Amino acid sequence: MNSQANTFSGPLESRAISPAATAAVRPFYWSIRRELWENRYVYLAPVGAAALFFLGFLITLVHLPGKVRGMEMFSPMQYREAIAGPYDIMSGAMMLVGMLVSIFYCLDALYGERRDRSILFWKSLPISDRTTVLAKATIPFVIVPLLTFVTGIATHFLMLVASSLVLLANGLNASELWTSISYFRMSWLLLYHLLTAHTLWPAPWYAWLLFVSARVRRAPFLWAVLPPVALAALEKITFHTSHLGNLFAERFIGSVATDSHPPELFPTNPMFHIHAGEYFGSPGFWIGIAIAAAFLVAAVRLRRYQAPI
Amino acid sequence: MACIEARGLRKTFDTTVALDGIDLRVEEGRILGLIGPNGAGKTTALNAILGLVPYQGELRVLGRDPWTERDQLMRDVCFIADVAVLPRWMKVSQALEFMTGVHPRFDRAKAEGFLAKTNIQRNHKVRELSKGMVVQLHLALVMAIDARLLVLDEPTLGLDILYRKQFYDSLLTDYFDGTRTIIVTTHQVEEVQNVLTDLMFIDRGRIVLTCTMEEFESRYAEVMVKPEQMAAARALKPIHERQGLGRTVLLFDRVPRQQLAVLGEVRTPSIADLFVAVLGNHAGQKQGAGL
Repeated sequence: MNSQANTFSGPLESRAISPAATAAVRPFYWSIRRELWENRYVYLAPVGAAALFFLGFLITLVHLPGKVRGMEMFSPMQYREAIAGPYDIMSGAMMLVGMLVSIFYCLDALYGERRDRSILFWKSLPISDRTTVLAKATIPFVIVPLLTFVTGIATHFLMLVASSLVLLANGLNASELWTSISYFRMSWLLLYHLLTAHTLWPAPWYAWLLFVSARVRRAPFLWAVLPPVALAALEKITFHTSHLGNLFAERFIGSVATDSHPPELFPTNPMFHIHAGEYFGSPGFWIGIAIAAAFLVAAVRLRRYQAPI
Repeated sequence: MACIEARGLRKTFDTTVALDGIDLRVEEGRILGLIGPNGAGKTTALNAILGLVPYQGELRVLGRDPWTERDQLMRDVCFIADVAVLPRWMKVSQALEFMTGVHPRFDRAKAEGFLAKTNIQRNHKVRELSKGMVVQLHLALVMAIDARLLVLDEPTLGLDILYRKQFYDSLLTDYFDGTRTIIVTTHQVEEVQNVLTDLMFIDRGRIVLTCTMEEFESRYAEVMVKPEQMAAARALKPIHERQGLGRTVLLFDRVPRQQLAVLGEVRTPSIADLFVAVLGNHAGQKQGAGL
């Protein structure tokens, strides 16, 4: 770190190294790093949850040899159904942890710096409000999904290895385990699901949370939750319908409604067929992206125009 | 070239007028003390200069419009807003790394040199440091930036005497080189009296007095008047009168010192005494007797 840092220590040197790129990228990169310094739970929570889950999984492995012995006549699909449960639960748990981390992070992202007045320090540095807000938005939109994915597939891999060792030690064949779980297809489906259902689809929500955290003077959680709840309740009382409530909820818990597939199939099941064209071509997707962008622009403006404290 | 130039600078919040159309010119290489009571508009003026709030009127800082060109301006300007603004979770080493990363004019070796003179360890977090050490750290970071304008808003608030003295000492010996410009607001005026080159009093959004420290010393004189000379002294129209150590102390503006010498012991007033005189009169008569 030291030697790299020193390269940029002098004003003349740093200007010599492609000034435009340096000016745009370096503050952005360092702003993300500082978010991870400040909010260590962003990576500790997924890793901790995965480790905990893995330990629990190891304990259940005592039953595995007996289970596999009873499945010798199973078709590959039946085999997967019997064996894949923990892998799907693992994926689901990681998604839940990622969602909680993102919500918690977004609510505090632009509120905490005003509450502890450190915004005056950040604003004393040559980093634009746009760079800062975009760096903060990178956490729920890039970092958390990426970390969820990486810890998820790493844990899946370790689970497969541990299972194989247990089977081999008991004189059983482990190859069927790998083919029925189909690690690479499962990983790819997990990535696709994380991206579509848990990153892009709920993007308006995360952007809304960032906007609220830039706006309010106190109680960001209440301000984030009450307006949507009030709107949904108002609709229910006046029109006896719940379109808004459904819309808010459906945006939050994923794209189940937008990706046509048998509802009983878990999104990382190898039988799962993705419909990327349908998903990315739907107006709902683009409307969501537009709303998210609008909230982010508003958050940048708020950080710029509001009196610092 | 002027470091800061303002014409008709005005800022209102809803119904209150924070800056009431001030004109101001600060040359490069000056150390300006911006002195005023609470709510006078000091921080608003600094926020406008730092591009933190929009304003009306004309304002140029280092030739730039601070509101529209803030991002470029902040490469040449740095500020310490108040004591408690360094993020509490940050480690000293992280602060150094981060500054090196984002600030093109930050000299890490220089900052480490300043820190070596303190008891601050690299693995300390800001929350573990005492208030005085936090300010030392912030000052070390800021002094390692090769900036052209440094803005200090109540930088020594809540510090003990040792830290306060040290703060201005290192600012003068390690940082100020005659080409940089420093603006400082403080209520501890006695500490900056020998630091400043220029003085500005601000009250209710208006500048009520502005002068260089040389002008200050030649213009204003304080006399401990002997009781028998009181009538003669008052005839010279003092701008302020106060009781001190059983004597009456009169403050004069632009009265030759030899004329005053016969009345009693003559000395240069403290900024604090002039402040009380000017602001007291200003509050009483509203037309600013100091001007």
